[in-house]
Parts: sequence; C-alpha cells; structure tokens
Amino acid sequence: MATSPLLSVEHLEVQFKTQDGIVRAVNDVTFHVDRGETLGIVGESGSGKSVTAMSLMRLIPNPPGKIAGGRVMFDGEDLLQLSEPDMRHIRGNRIAMIFQDPMTSLNPVLTIGRQITESLELHMKLSNREARRRAVELLQMVGIPSADRRLDDYPHQFSGGMRQRVMIAMGLSCNPELLIADEPTTALDVTIQAQILELIKRLQHELGTAVIIITHDLGVVAGMADRVQVMYAGRIVEEGPTSEIFAQPRMPYTIGLLRSIPRLDDEQGRKLNPIRGLPPDLINLPQICPFSPRCDYFQAGQCDAQVPPLRDVAPDHRAACLFDITLETPVTAGDPVSA
Amino acid sequence: MTAETRSGGDALIQVQNLKMHFPVTKGIILKRTVGAVKAVDGLNFSIRKGETLGLVGESGCGKSTTGRAILQLHRPTDGEVLFRDSDSGTVHDLTRLNGEALRRMRRKVQMIFQDPYASLNPRMTVGDIIGEPIAVHGLRQGKAAIRERVQELLSLVGLNPYFVNRYPHEFSGGQRQRIGIARALAVEPEFVVCDEPVSALDVSIQAQVINLLEDLQDRLGLTYLFIAHGLAVVKHISDRVAVMYLGKVVELAEGRKLYSVPRHPYTQALLSAVPIPDPVVERQRRRIILEGDVPSPINPPSGCHFHTRCPIAFERCKQEEPPFVEYEPGHYAACWRASESIELMERAATVAQSAAFVRPAASGA
Repeated sequence: MATSPLLSVEHLEVQFKTQDGIVRAVNDVTFHVDRGETLGIVGESGSGKSVTAMSLMRLIPNPPGKIAGGRVMFDGEDLLQLSEPDMRHIRGNRIAMIFQDPMTSLNPVLTIGRQITESLELHMKLSNREARRRAVELLQMVGIPSADRRLDDYPHQFSGGMRQRVMIAMGLSCNPELLIADEPTTALDVTIQAQILELIKRLQHELGTAVIIITHDLGVVAGMADRVQVMYAGRIVEEGPTSEIFAQPRMPYTIGLLRSIPRLDDEQGRKLNPIRGLPPDLINLPQICPFSPRCDYFQAGQCDAQVPPLRDVAPDHRAACLFDITLETPVTAGDPVSA
Repeated sequence: MTAETRSGGDALIQVQNLKMHFPVTKGIILKRTVGAVKAVDGLNFSIRKGETLGLVGESGCGKSTTGRAILQLHRPTDGEVLFRDSDSGTVHDLTRLNGEALRRMRRKVQMIFQDPYASLNPRMTVGDIIGEPIAVHGLRQGKAAIRERVQELLSLVGLNPYFVNRYPHEFSGGQRQRIGIARALAVEPEFVVCDEPVSALDVSIQAQVINLLEDLQDRLGLTYLFIAHGLAVVKHISDRVAVMYLGKVVELAEGRKLYSVPRHPYTQALLSAVPIPDPVVERQRRRIILEGDVPSPINPPSGCHFHTRCPIAFERCKQEEPPFVEYEPGHYAACWRASESIELMERAATVAQSAAFVRPAASGA
C-alpha cells in the first residue's frame, strides 16, 4: 500500500433534526487529503461544505445535529471514535480551523494575546512567558506590525483583515498538520482578500501544512487549490485536479456554475447563462440525481431513477453523472429567467 | 438595447460636488461636534438616460452613501443632484425639494436594496409590499386594479402571479430579491439605484438576477446606478464605471477602457486582486498587493487619499490633492502620475509580490 493520506473521510453522513423533518446535510461523502496539499471544496450555501468541515472537527452541535455514519480517518485514527478529551487534543493542535467571520469567532472580552497563548499553554505545554514570546513570533509571521504591543489589544481594536490574520496566527500556533479554512476571505474586501490568500499560500509553503479551503468563489479555488471537489445538496458531485475541473468539467452543475459567473477577463456584452431553478430542499431528498431538476442534460427514466454514483471519468477525475457529458448535447428547457 | 441608445441622450442625473458628512459627537447631555465622517466628499458625475453607471469600491468607501444621498434618503451636506423629469422636461434639484414635492419625485427614482431578508417587511404579504407604493402614489384606483397590477409585476420579474398572498419568509433569497425589484418598479421609475443587489445571493442565483435586471432595462428603458464591490459583476452590467476610494471618485471611464487601461493605481491594484476562475490564467497573473487597510474617513490622509497605500506615490501626492482630469475623451482619473502609472505599477507589481512576503502590512488596524 502506498503512503496513506493524512485525512480520509469515508461515507460521512450528517443529519439535522428540524421541525419539518430530518435534513440530510451531508450524504455519503468520501474524500481524502494528502500531506501538504491544498484541497478546495466549492459549493453554494446549503451544499454541505461547511458542515463537512465542522464534522471533521466534531463541532456539529448535538442536538439538533448528528454524525449519522461514516469514518474520519486522520493519520490512522478514526476521529469519530475518539473520546472527547482525546479529540480536544487533536482540535487546535493537529487540526486547526479558520472561520469565515473574524468578527464573531474571536472572544471580545479577552485580549488577542490571551487567546493565542491559551492553546500554546494547553497543547504545547509552554510556560506563560514562552507562550507570549511565541505569540509575538506568530503575529509577526502573519504580518501584524508592532506585534509585541498589539498582543494586549482586544479584537475590536483590529480591522477585519487584521482579525483574520490573528485567526490564522491562532490556527497555526501549534503547527497543525491540517488547516481547515472555511470561507476565510468572504467577509473581506478584495485587496485584503489578496493579502490573506497570499499569506496562507506562503505559510503553507513554509510550514508544509495541508489545507482544506472551503469557498463559493471559483476564482479563489483556481489560484489556491491543487485539487477541487464540488459539492451539491450534501454530496460530492465532482472531484479532480484543479486544472482538469476548470478545463474539462464533467458534471453539468460544475459546467453551469462556470458559465454563470461573470469573469473579469470576459468579453464585453457576453450574456450570462444562469442555472435555472433553485437548489433542492434537503428534507425528503428523493433518490434521484439532486441536480436533475435544473440540469440541461436531463434524461427522463435515468436521471430520476437513481442517485448517480461518483465514478471515474478520466484519470484522477470523478463525476457524479450517469452520462459522458462530452458526448451529450444539452436539451435546453424552460425560460432561464423564471424562478 | 443597442450601444447607440445607451450612450446617446441627455444626462438624466447630474451629480455636482455632492458631499455627505456625518457629524461625530462627544458627550451625552452637551453634545459637541468634534469631527465629521466624510463619507462622500465632493463627487461629480452624470448618468445618461438608459445607461448603467457602475460604482465600485471597498467597504467604507462611500458608495452606498452616494446612492442614498442621490435619492435623498440621506440629505446631502452640500452639492446638487439634478434630475431631468422626462414627462415635463424640467430639471429638478432633488436636494432642494421637500415634503410633497420630494414625495412626488420619489416615484421617479427608486432603490433596490442589498439584503433581501432585511428589506421586506415580514408581516406584510407580497401583494401588500408591492401594492403599497402603487396605492400611495395613486397609480391605480381600487383594490382589484392594484392587485391586478401587482400580479402583472410579479410575472414581469419572473415570479408566479399567484404568490400575492404569501409572506416573504416563504421565498428563497433570489426570489425575495425579485420581490424587491418588483416593488421598486411598481411606481414606474426612470432611475433605479441598485445597491449591491446580488451580493447576498448564491453564485448560481446571481446570474439569474443580473439577467433579469438587464432584461428589464431593455424592456422599460431604465437607467441604473449599479453599486457593487464585485468588479466582475460591475464590468458585466455597466456601460461606464466609477471607482471610489475614501469618499471620492478616483477614476471614471467607459467599462472597456477602465478594465483594459486603468489609469489610477488604486484601480490597477483592485483589478489585479480579483481572482479569475481559471487556474491557467490565475497562476500566471502578477498581483499588486496593497499594504495595510483603508484609512479612516474621519481623518483622511493629506493630499491624495490613496498615497499611504500607493506603491508609486511621490512627494507631491502627500501635499496636493490631484485634480479629476480627463485624460482621454470620457476617461477621468485623479492621480498625479496617471500618464505614467501603468508602466510604473508594472514594475511595482513584481516588487510588491516579494515585499508582501517580508512585510505584508505597514499600518495598524
């Protein structure tokens, strides 16, 4: 057997109990992350990308949420079987997470210094003074000027971009093997986004950390990820090397997404091709291709008869579509404007 | 709509020296004004009938305030907003109108808001939400006529006319945005300010709403001020684009010109920061990484507001504010080095990329 991946997720199922029924937020999701690589997870809200990330850290609020099945193998151990104290030793130490909103994910009543040193003292068993010295180093590493003085500041004294840098410093404080970045730049302006993405790339290069970057922005993935996986309605619908996914998408949803976004390098006057309709309701999902009601390649009797398995369509490239999209012609139906 | 009709015609809206300052006060009982947030500080531009002017900039640059000040949702501190009423052919200064006269003009100028969750009253049905402006302005008489008009508007924006009795919570984000659009169009306006109309929507839904806005413009001859922070979206929908930084327009040009030969270093940096969804293109691009954050609009930097982050600023930029000059017909920029900026920034791009590794940020929060 070749060297095993750092993380491998097998048949993960996550469900939420709601008044209206059980929401199947993540359905039979299987993927892996190798050491040092960057995996991009793309999807819209409700596609299950953030829930997947939260379940890797076992941060799904229970109740109403529940990891209903599957395995999360991290360096040979199933995280779902660990006791809570053992899990706490992994969280923040070997797997770290950066959240979308740097405004709400820092504690407003503790200084930045206290928040960074907490995990250093807990996981790395550093003394108070050592931890502080390391915290200064970390803040310098992520590019916060006069780091020594700023350690005693509170989160509200930092701007959004600076807070996200603090989050990254906290995430990297214990040299994690895996960093999960959940929409790390969505709340930031473009020029600040460029700074933060550049920073993550540089740190990953220097420290060799594996990164899972979750985003809805295909542009961010194009620049950051080695491999991309596209999620829709709680399932992975396409997975492959970044260049393949963008050059030869094989799942109609991915094709639709790429055609519907305006690009900065577009010709003037290009008409956008929106995907018609809405994403499905995750309660009572029928056993059909979840994208079929919006799909331009829909074929009655096949797409609405089964859930298409994720299958190999090219080397290292898998897609959850029954057909070879390169051979099919789209059957355009319906008025693209109407909802 | 053809390019001719888009660019032709007189100015529908003319904004002159528009300023919107918000006072900063100290003390609870004895309030003293200690300064002002200069959210919008002296804007000049015009919007022709039937065109879309895009307004881009980062958060806090004053783009939303500009939209609101034009519609008199904030009363501007100074300046004029001239609106040509095509029914009567007369020009009104919106900033001088009050009471009933202003209310009548509101029928001509409308707004579509960013957040489709916060901008619809959850306790009103869709029929009431869209029907209210029709009743207020007396555009239809009687319940049945209003209801009929509401249903017409619903189908115009691509919603089922039978939705009139439903409440906002029964709709998805994209559908709610369509309701917001129908409400704005209910009074048959000529000019619509679209304030980040797609930013809160999912990627696959954004394109639906953008196409709807374009389609409605063609059918109804609308004029848009399209405010957004997404440069790709603005490029797609706009005829001309204005870039704002700290309360001022730093560059204004036809879309094609602005995106291919940007004159202002800020525009250049902004464009280079937008990721392109194509790994081949994306990995070959040279980025201009700006240092630090946007300074506070309470105490903006002297001279050119951008000089603290500008890679090619020189002594003059710190002292004198650059004038807003027309460099080519229709292409305006406010930069002392606009004529040589492209070349200079080209060199700065390489430097900035390696410098970002050493010291990514120069200023504090």
